[in-house]
Amino acid sequence: MLEADNLIFSYRRRELPVLDRVSLQVKPGERVGIFSPSGSGKTTLLKLLSGYLLPQGGKVLADGKPLPRSGFCPVQMVWQHPERAVNSRLTMGKILAEGGKTDPRLEALFGIEVDWKRRYPEELSGGELQRFCIVRALGEGTRYLLADEITAMLDMITQAQVWNALLEEMERRQIGLVAVSHSRELLEQVCTRVVGLEELSYSGVKR
Amino acid sequence: MDKKPIAESYRRNAAILEIQDLSVTFRQRKGLFQSEDLPVISRLNVTVNQGEIVAVVGASGSGKSLLAHGIMGILPVNARISGEMNFLGEPLTTERICKLRGKEIALVPQGVTYLDPLMKVGAQVREQQPGKEGKRRQKELFSAYGLPEKTEERYPFECSGGMNRRILLSTALMERPKLIVADEPTPGMDLGQAKRAMADFRAFASQGNGVFLITHDLPLAISAADRIAVFYAGTTVEEAPSSDFASEALLRHPYTRALWRAMPQNGFQAIPGTQPYVKDMPKGCVFGPRCPKFTKECLGDIPMRAVRQGTVRCILQHDEHKIREARESKDAQKAQEEREVQKYAGGR
Repeated sequence: MLEADNLIFSYRRRELPVLDRVSLQVKPGERVGIFSPSGSGKTTLLKLLSGYLLPQGGKVLADGKPLPRSGFCPVQMVWQHPERAVNSRLTMGKILAEGGKTDPRLEALFGIEVDWKRRYPEELSGGELQRFCIVRALGEGTRYLLADEITAMLDMITQAQVWNALLEEMERRQIGLVAVSHSRELLEQVCTRVVGLEELSYSGVKR
Repeated sequence: MDKKPIAESYRRNAAILEIQDLSVTFRQRKGLFQSEDLPVISRLNVTVNQGEIVAVVGASGSGKSLLAHGIMGILPVNARISGEMNFLGEPLTTERICKLRGKEIALVPQGVTYLDPLMKVGAQVREQQPGKEGKRRQKELFSAYGLPEKTEERYPFECSGGMNRRILLSTALMERPKLIVADEPTPGMDLGQAKRAMADFRAFASQGNGVFLITHDLPLAISAADRIAVFYAGTTVEEAPSSDFASEALLRHPYTRALWRAMPQNGFQAIPGTQPYVKDMPKGCVFGPRCPKFTKECLGDIPMRAVRQGTVRCILQHDEHKIREARESKDAQKAQEEREVQKYAGGR
């Protein structure tokens, strides 16, 4: 289980924390959608869950253990802007290999064409880039996936394709998911439960 | 070419931007001495009239951003552009666009990477208008978009994705342009913010301006635009009034219908396959290889046809549209009946 226990985080001292005692549990194979307005701290929560940021209070546990300080992290994140999540000086093939051993089955599942791997990030569209970012994050050791608006830049058909592929893979490997999106319709479609960020925080519980 | 008819049509329809038969090709190196041309946009037609929001909706990777860059004259050096573009009835030449862009025509770019990461956002927005007036305008725009006053002292990385988009939008509106070319302005905004941004576009358009909205977000386009041009593999396959998207039956092209069915609220069904890559474009209809109704005739030249209040680049649709109109009138009748039933029930 992926557990967040009373996370507190603020970007600047003496300002109100963005996240105030936020708790969340995600079981393997469970898919949790978080729905709340822009700027409310959804991305921050995901950064804490994946260890990119350290909380000022509370803790994050993946399957009972704190996130590893080095090596492959069982919690992987896919970002909102794929163009900022790749090294523009590498070819797509090398970018894909950053996630460890590449898996041709996964590449086919996500519709990655062989020709794309020879190109540089600049030469691909946002949707094509995002497929690479998802496959890169689905390495063998991945137990939980955090999806931050991962299809906000895709058209409807590509969005449905990417999610259907992702759902198939997560179901197969019993990967847990935390997804953030501005589209309630999308979250209702892909998640097993949808919650508002305020429901997860201490102040929300009190209300 | 004779430019007169277009100038006249401007006076008649008050077209702000007219694009006719636009094609963009990229020259790519092949080996040491050879090169090949990749057609990324072919025979595209779109018009934005005064007071209108026109959305171009297309798959990712279909060349939509290149369309925006083509209008703004900021395509890379290996791109060649042909066809006709007119702005306020005058041809939009390279020299003219250099004078107009950022003033009469403003771009809201896709991707927050267009912001300078080392510059405070307030200063970025005011870059072309550093004086007092610029400061006043910037504050006015920030408050109109619900950006807190202290935002201007922040760097882009300190702002959320949605805030950065609104900062880009404010930059475009600084010089009070006549036409906004908005390339994916809303991802990362929540529904309320997207609606507010669209309301601002609407207010901007109704002052006699035009908005050319390039997006992949069909629900957004349906709610915000007057007309929607559906873009697939570098060309427009259908142009329709937004109201036609209320029902699948009113749509003209099989691709548009597939888009409609892929919406989360309409079933989330994805047709297989991806758009053809520019190097191996199919013969005839660009949607042919993925079309469930593909026939031999689809391999020929597919002209743009007018069907009801829109146009479609499909031969099949043309034969079907009589049946469809019959079905529509039936649907409309049914809806009318339902409304009356509800009214009756409500009255009691």
